[in-house]
Amino acid sequence: MPEEALFALLLSLRVALLATAVAAVSGVACARLLARARFPGKEAVEAALLLPLVLPPTVVGFGLLLLLGRNGPVGRLVPGGLLFTWWAAVIAAAVAAFPLVYQNARAAFAQVDPDQENAARTLGAGEVRVFFTVTLPLAWPGILAGIVLAFARALGEFGATLMVAGNIPGKTQTVPMAIYFAVEAGDYRTALPLVVIVLAWSFGVIFGLHRWSRRHIARYAGQRRG
Amino acid sequence: MLAVEIEKRLPDFTLRASFTVPAGELLVLAGPSGVGKTTILECVAGLQRPDAGRIDLGGRPIFWAAAGINLPAARRKVGFVFQAYALFEHLTVWGNVLYGLRGLRGDEKKAGLRRAEELMARFGIGHLRDRFPAQLSGGERQRVALIRALVRHPAVLLLDEPLAALDRGLRERLRQEIKELPAEWRIPVVLVTHCCCEERLATRVLHPVRSGVTVSWTP
Repeated sequence: MPEEALFALLLSLRVALLATAVAAVSGVACARLLARARFPGKEAVEAALLLPLVLPPTVVGFGLLLLLGRNGPVGRLVPGGLLFTWWAAVIAAAVAAFPLVYQNARAAFAQVDPDQENAARTLGAGEVRVFFTVTLPLAWPGILAGIVLAFARALGEFGATLMVAGNIPGKTQTVPMAIYFAVEAGDYRTALPLVVIVLAWSFGVIFGLHRWSRRHIARYAGQRRG
Repeated sequence: MLAVEIEKRLPDFTLRASFTVPAGELLVLAGPSGVGKTTILECVAGLQRPDAGRIDLGGRPIFWAAAGINLPAARRKVGFVFQAYALFEHLTVWGNVLYGLRGLRGDEKKAGLRRAEELMARFGIGHLRDRFPAQLSGGERQRVALIRALVRHPAVLLLDEPLAALDRGLRERLRQEIKELPAEWRIPVVLVTHCCCEERLATRVLHPVRSGVTVSWTP
């Protein structure tokens, strides 16, 4: 495999992991805060958070271009700018992955039995402990499903990433870029190993998680209420 | 001693409750569903906020609208057995029982652990320690919920329909166990039920009185 393809593989992994971490933390936090909060315009905020899921990637990319550009509100904070660095790829992937965590976490939190949270309160637990020892573990199977989807989405991010991070081999070129431009150039010998590796890797992750969740979660997730 | 004197506006009616329960006594609140029984328990536990009045526990106000006092549930030292038991499904029986000891240290924690061991043995579920709630029968769940509430040695015990989900034979045995609780733990116990057969456990029974849009629970 050419050195650039190997670089693309490692970069993709790093970008997807970082983006998933960002999306997981912010998605879970938003889901929890919005489940409780009441304020005017809440529904508009909720709709806006799901936008990256329904917008064409090029529209998201254009928005990020304005945001991260040299004169954009985020771009101007970083000396040298963010555009066409691998950080831009992380941001694009995180934005694309965020709604998947948010949506799944939202549904998972809604499923949590409020009596179990109340039981924890009567047993001396403050709100932080209730969240980390009762709410989060009970919602975890649903959140985890969202995180897996988010990781897959981040790994495959193409449109918005191309617009803000570009396709610079050895610098910002991720696997989807490498495959696309290799195929376009008729270089199947570079594209094929990447395709096979991504396929095997994705299958392994999904398969492994299914097995794990069957063993560790099924014993209590089957029965929601006494 | 638990002293309750509260008012709460609910969507369909205004709930008034005024009663005292001395330590060692069992008060039964008996009535059909939808007359505010669970609401009263949740107000005492700090899970709902009354609109007016005051609640004293052990001589200290835990809620007092006029003085702006409203202790959070976590600091009220209330033992609560929920109607559907509300066991933590992701924790084992032993994890459930010890949950209330998190955050305690030293002698308090040691005493709690000892109490947990004793109660598990006494209620005959010592062998179920490593099971998950989904693997328990109704009676076993009920006992775990009761032990979990008692391990912290609460200042008052609140039981919301503790026997509703059980079959008849089991109910009789657990009824006996509940009857012994107030005297043994020297705390006030409040039990809520829609079924008149729990009334004979009681030191005192209250029934709701409806007048206009007000439902009152008073002796």
